[in-house]
Amino acid sequence: MTTALRSSRRTQEMSPTGTGPARRKRRGSVTLTVLTAIMAVYTLVPLAWLVFSSTKTQDGLFTSFGLWFDGGEFALFTNIKDTLTYDGGIFLRWLGNTLLYVVAGAGGATFLATIAGYGLAKFDFPGRRAVFAVVLGAVAVPGTALAVPQFLMFAKLGLTDTPWAVIIPSLVTPFGLYLMWTFTTQAVPDELLEAARVDGAGEFRTFFRISVRLLAPGIVTVLLFTIVATWNNYFLPLIMLKDPDWYPLTIGLNAWNAQSHTAGGQAIFNLVITGSLLTILPLLAAFLLLQRYWQSGLAAGSVKE
Amino acid sequence: MATVSGVRRRRSWKGWQFVGPFMLVFALVFLAPIGYSIYLSLYRNRLIGGNSFAGLENYQRALQDQQFWSAFGRVALFLVVQVPIMLFLALLVALAIDSGRLYGTAFFRVTIFMPYAVPAVVATLLWGFMYGARFGLVGNIDDALRITLPDPLSPHLVLASIGNIVTWEFVGYNMLIFYSALRTVPHSLYESAEIDGASQFRIITAIKLPAIRGAIVIATIFSVIGSFQLFNEPAILKPLAPNAITTFFTPNLFAYSLSFSGQQYNYAATVAIVMGILTMIIAYVVQLRGTREG
Repeated sequence: MTTALRSSRRTQEMSPTGTGPARRKRRGSVTLTVLTAIMAVYTLVPLAWLVFSSTKTQDGLFTSFGLWFDGGEFALFTNIKDTLTYDGGIFLRWLGNTLLYVVAGAGGATFLATIAGYGLAKFDFPGRRAVFAVVLGAVAVPGTALAVPQFLMFAKLGLTDTPWAVIIPSLVTPFGLYLMWTFTTQAVPDELLEAARVDGAGEFRTFFRISVRLLAPGIVTVLLFTIVATWNNYFLPLIMLKDPDWYPLTIGLNAWNAQSHTAGGQAIFNLVITGSLLTILPLLAAFLLLQRYWQSGLAAGSVKE
Repeated sequence: MATVSGVRRRRSWKGWQFVGPFMLVFALVFLAPIGYSIYLSLYRNRLIGGNSFAGLENYQRALQDQQFWSAFGRVALFLVVQVPIMLFLALLVALAIDSGRLYGTAFFRVTIFMPYAVPAVVATLLWGFMYGARFGLVGNIDDALRITLPDPLSPHLVLASIGNIVTWEFVGYNMLIFYSALRTVPHSLYESAEIDGASQFRIITAIKLPAIRGAIVIATIFSVIGSFQLFNEPAILKPLAPNAITTFFTPNLFAYSLSFSGQQYNYAATVAIVMGILTMIIAYVVQLRGTREG
């Protein structure tokens, strides 16, 4: 089947909202719903535990049932205040660092993947096949296998313990490149680019004026997934950063937890729990608000074998 | 795979303007470290004698290293048990959601995907707390029923407990991959099969599963790579279960301990390369098997 044929079939079949034209409304099944609900309960129990626990004091955690409130005290707001002010407000510093890594890392990664995916889909250039082979091969290389040599190289460059050590490696997302390549292939018609060229528009002008709009759902998808990857990144900052002032939230929370488990360290389980809740809320919100985009974008990426 | 869509244009260097920046950073953070690893793995660094060429000495050492193989065996066991369970559950949920016979389809789709947005650190801390006998759910159940459940963080259960955390994190993600693939199967296919009297089970095995084989292969490869890279969950659980999780619990943890507690960078690079090669071989086999059976 030719690519052109395939993409036309795809655009017909996939409407982003989840109810295709061919979908007939069927009778609901209670059994199937109950079985799926078991899965949903499994998903929700830890999150519910987190929400209930964040309303408890350090002592309340030990004396009350995990999946309900502590009868004695509703400490959510005290916990939030304590989390934000503990140790001179270091949590806010970590939040700021995370935002910096996300904006620079995920933003940069999405930009690079978008233009590169576009270049691969719409241009024929010497070395194109080699780029494919190298990048697709790299997807199979375990990311963490690169971490030790990355650390040694960055140490030689004097970049460890600086934000650059976290940002630069985050800038490359082979998966994002792959998604943008498949997405561009089906979303940007060649005829449009030809017309722009005939009108004498430069390639970059065409890209930013015309193509970017057509690529928007793909860009949002890649952006969301790179945001999750950088927001949740643990291994890379763990090896690159020693100075707590540059920690992202993930490393900071783990340091608080480790402190609580160390003999002699101040136990601050309530802050670890409340901090965890504050850490996941922005991402959950982003996914819920943007679900229309990432669901259709992922669908586009999964079609191409 | 490497064909330009539509009309073939004349070759020019213009495309590099777009691909160049990505490839530059890619070379810096992917290709250079791989080259540097290979270099490191071929050298030894001693206090006396400094840096000298070691040939394949490090590789010989890795292949005979009990700790390395015990770590490898652990992630292999994890791969064989956890990955099929996770992918099977993901497939069931995807089929259920795609069947159009659920009440509250959108709710289930979003809810079950949610843990993907939770950082591994938070997921592990959460489950670590819940596993605890002091103020976790396991402790609550013990108190309520006046029993003592087996400790999820004991040496013989900790791998299963980690498997549960990883399953919780990624079931929804894999479900979404399967579901997205199922959505592209033309529904006219099912409808004619139904008219011909095919059972739902038959439709699933004869139409739906073959149609999404590509997605299943991709999800399996990602999971293979993920299992072999296992690091975050055991590393974060370690303070809670110091006796159950050793410094060589997984190959990655082993390489990490070698580098950052032992300063054995050359040997750590070797371990990372051996694991990388084993991962690629297994991913390749999965891909071959997955595409051949059609």
